[in-house]
Amino acid sequence: MKQRIRIGCAAGFSGDRLEPALLLTQHGQLDYLVLECLAERTIALAQKRKRHDPTQGYDPLLERRLEGLLPLLLANNVRLITNMGAANPLAAAEKIAAIARRLGLSVTIAVLTGDDVFDQLSGDETALETGQPLCASGPLLSANAYLGTDAILPALATDAQIIITGRVADPSLFVAPLVYAFGWPLTDWDRLGQATVVGHLMECAGQLTGGYFADPIRKDIPDMAHLGHPFVDVTADGMAVFGKVAGTGGKLSLATAKEQLLYEVMDPGQYITPDVVTDFTQVRLLETGPDQISATGGRGNSRPDTLKVSVGYDGGFIGEGEISYAGSNALGRAELAGSIIQERLQDQFSDLRIDYIGSTSVHRTNFNQPPAPYEIRLRVAGRATTAQQAALVGEEVEALYTNGPAGGGGARKYVHEVVGIVSTLLDRSQINPQITLIDA
Amino acid sequence: MSIKLYDIAHSRAGDKGNTLTLSLIPYDPADYPLLRDRVTAEVVQTHLQTIVTGPVTRYELPNLPALHFVCQQALTGGVTTSLTMDTHGKSLSYALLELYIDA
Repeated sequence: MKQRIRIGCAAGFSGDRLEPALLLTQHGQLDYLVLECLAERTIALAQKRKRHDPTQGYDPLLERRLEGLLPLLLANNVRLITNMGAANPLAAAEKIAAIARRLGLSVTIAVLTGDDVFDQLSGDETALETGQPLCASGPLLSANAYLGTDAILPALATDAQIIITGRVADPSLFVAPLVYAFGWPLTDWDRLGQATVVGHLMECAGQLTGGYFADPIRKDIPDMAHLGHPFVDVTADGMAVFGKVAGTGGKLSLATAKEQLLYEVMDPGQYITPDVVTDFTQVRLLETGPDQISATGGRGNSRPDTLKVSVGYDGGFIGEGEISYAGSNALGRAELAGSIIQERLQDQFSDLRIDYIGSTSVHRTNFNQPPAPYEIRLRVAGRATTAQQAALVGEEVEALYTNGPAGGGGARKYVHEVVGIVSTLLDRSQINPQITLIDA
Repeated sequence: MSIKLYDIAHSRAGDKGNTLTLSLIPYDPADYPLLRDRVTAEVVQTHLQTIVTGPVTRYELPNLPALHFVCQQALTGGVTTSLTMDTHGKSLSYALLELYIDA
């Protein structure tokens, strides 16, 4: 058994930078590389792509990420664990196999499926967010259960160099290789709790190493253009030490680690994943060197009997329009424009939003600070059931050119398709994870 | 004396559905008791009243040290369907830091 496992994380969302994975794989001396690319809504969007084309539905950047990465993974003997399979992990594996063949490489890919439970839902299940049946939110598009470590372990027990999944709980991407390496029982809740703390700190990649942290002067982070992504060394006792590749930008400090530890956590005493209910409240972080942090004290209680299922539904369309005003009385002219749009569209849109970018658009208030901005951008958004109706919003804003206040410029209009997300719970016994091996 | 949270603490916002989470971390751990005493759930609820329409729950993490606020019904429906620009409420960490407290 290895005494120490090193896991790197080089993507914290689908659109994350490509080169940290190359750097970590080449210079990080990793055992495992994790790429976490699947946000709540990403999988529903992927499901839509799969419906249009059954060979699609995996991460849109898969090919670009793997093209350069695959040879490095194999040369450095690093196993990749990633949820880039999204709505179609089997097709993702076939794509990776095709890339390997093209590059003259031999690789085994383990594919985890079984998270797609769309056919198992009737639509009458209660949505946790609304208390109403799922189908009341809109036409259902997708349903994916959050699988956990127990589902990933059989993939690790194969010879596969690549493990590709659809929906799994983000921390489980890290918990699974630790459990596999150290043989921790799946009922050792404190170990699993500590491993979940490790996974949670790692899963957003650059957010641990100074990304999404900087505020000039007060919270300076060096060389953010080359922000390095983190790795973690874990030993069999659960001790975790976080670091990053020497020479990369960014910073790993107590402050960056604290922000990430609490990121997106609801009750810090009960962080629920398929593996364990983790208690973050006794976690201790220590600075153990330059750009080096240790974490201990994660604990846990027994895992939930149910798994969370993320359900995507068709939420119609959103139409948007924007136009800018600058100079004297910019806000006054923008507000006049907003009131004109309000009057013209309020009867056709039950849900219409008017924002003044530069004043109150993002915080929805300016805490009564003097609003005298030099320039303001009016932004209008409305919800609609058809794309055609949604387009009205932008058309009306654009018409402010010749019909609105003086000096409006830079009008833009957009229409987006909306995929909403609600969630429900499903008993574990109803979910059957499977591993498929694909060779190239 | 009145001080702005921005001057003594930092924060990161997170989202889960229509719920906003806000950490509040003092730069100097010695300021933690002040934050714990002044920045109650009620104070945050009042400060963010134009943003958060549901209840605010506060959690204390003296080991870090940090406070953590979980604000329900804060994201105008949630990331996937909201008409706002910052559908995740990611910028709202800085709304919390606009709060002034007595020191």
